Amino acid sequence: MGTVILLALTGLGLAALYFLVASGLSLVFGLADVLNFAHGLFLGVGAYGTWWAAGNLPGAGSDGFGFVFAVAFGVAAGTLVAILVELVLIRPLYSRTIEQVLVTVGLSLAGVALLQATWGADARPFPRPDWTRQVTGILGAQVPNGGLLLIIAAVLVLGAILAFLRWTRYGLVIRAGVENREMVTALGIDVRKAFTLVFAIGGAAAALAGALGGVYFGTVSPGQGGSLLIFAFIVVVIGGMGSVVGSAYAAVVVGLVQQFVNYYGTSGLGDICVVGLLAVVLLLRPQGIAGKVATA
Amino acid sequence: MEPVLTVEDLSVRISGLHILQGVSFAVAPTGVTVLLGRNGVGKTTTLRAIVGLTPPAGEVRGTIRMGAQSLLAQPTHRLVRGGLGYVPEDRCVFAGLTVAENLRLAERRGTTPAYDKVFALFPELDRRGRQRAGSLSGGQQQMLAIGRVLLNDNRLLLVDEPTKGLAPKVVTEVAEVLERVAESVPVLLVEQNLAVVRRLARDAVVLAAGKVAWTGDARELLLETALTKSLLGVGSAEAATPSARSELASPAVAREDQL
Repeated sequence: MGTVILLALTGLGLAALYFLVASGLSLVFGLADVLNFAHGLFLGVGAYGTWWAAGNLPGAGSDGFGFVFAVAFGVAAGTLVAILVELVLIRPLYSRTIEQVLVTVGLSLAGVALLQATWGADARPFPRPDWTRQVTGILGAQVPNGGLLLIIAAVLVLGAILAFLRWTRYGLVIRAGVENREMVTALGIDVRKAFTLVFAIGGAAAALAGALGGVYFGTVSPGQGGSLLIFAFIVVVIGGMGSVVGSAYAAVVVGLVQQFVNYYGTSGLGDICVVGLLAVVLLLRPQGIAGKVATA
Repeated sequence: MEPVLTVEDLSVRISGLHILQGVSFAVAPTGVTVLLGRNGVGKTTTLRAIVGLTPPAGEVRGTIRMGAQSLLAQPTHRLVRGGLGYVPEDRCVFAGLTVAENLRLAERRGTTPAYDKVFALFPELDRRGRQRAGSLSGGQQQMLAIGRVLLNDNRLLLVDEPTKGLAPKVVTEVAEVLERVAESVPVLLVEQNLAVVRRLARDAVVLAAGKVAWTGDARELLLETALTKSLLGVGSAEAATPSARSELASPAVAREDQL
């Protein structure tokens, strides 16, 4: 029983990480039709921003409020990079899908190379509060606190995004834009501002995933964003492009399948099962679990 | 009177196809001007070019002016904020949003939305505020699409096939609403239902093969059986029957008058 609980909660921790990356990816694709392969870069910037701030920024550190400050710095850096990417590189290329893919793939590769050139290719220990290295006993299972922190953060982010979509004017514009972007402009709304906003939200969530992923794995490395991005894309497709709630459901399914199959089967089989699940969803329900709706 | 909209030598090419080839016409500052023509002659393309919604791969040339203001090359949202209201073909309501949210989306900062006017025209929208727009009937969705545009002041309304796919009784209701709307704002209407055209339109512009084939008084056009047959492909004398005005609600008329 303890093993099942442990696998379920660590699976949910992984799911939380996938969701934080996938939620922004999904909104960006749903609203702006941009397949952003550079999304992993925002995660990398968040992780390295937090890592750098904890060691160098006055007031920041690896524990207590200093760590919160370091994470806030990493998230702000990721958000800023996301906004700049949208304004400088993506905005001139809307409706030019091939060029978008080339630019975002190129940026992703260049971003990893830049991180490697600056801080080296090897994984570095991530500064984290002591309590995140410890475990908490839940129903007989000793669950790592880093995973629980990820789950709590993902639930809070999900709630915040849904509240934003449901209760704010820009949220309304984004929900409408996911359905019919052209008609939003035909109502006199400059939808490009919403594009920048979803990039900022997505960048912030991915950067938070980078920071908390560092806590979860205990290290930070330049290629971390890229490897997580692959599973985040799978989550987005299974959940339904543009659906935040769909991404949450899909992230839970993918995280649990990976964790349980990898444990009870052969290591690595869980990843193959996830790809198989993706194929089944594409064949039977190509619009994903929730279809193209921004709220449900 | 100065026209509210002037289109000169408008050409639109999309994916190598010359949809419009030098179209020129003017829209009177009052009443309804109807854009007629057989399927595929470029009526919707004309409206979309005016409101700046030609696909990015398309190429637009010519001049479009609203008063002294040139409309070409301006983004759609700016044109709409400048008083160009657009009701698209197939309604395009946001199916996943409620009726109230669809209306709220059309509100603009710094102006007071005319909910009183909209709910006076369409009381149903007030009652169904919390209903998802996707679950409305076709007629109700059309009311919502028109109501959304009427929340703000407009200098010109572009309305694309508002009666398409609607039951005859609803066609009558939509025509009545547009008649009332046209008392306060000029309308450029694309419409296939000649009974509706006969009821609403004062001026007509007929397109054929991407060019203007005829312009003039709409009722005159409908009285010329040979002309309507050659331009619009109407094979009966229905188009010329003035009595059909009173038969707008008749299912038979609504069906036979479809182009």
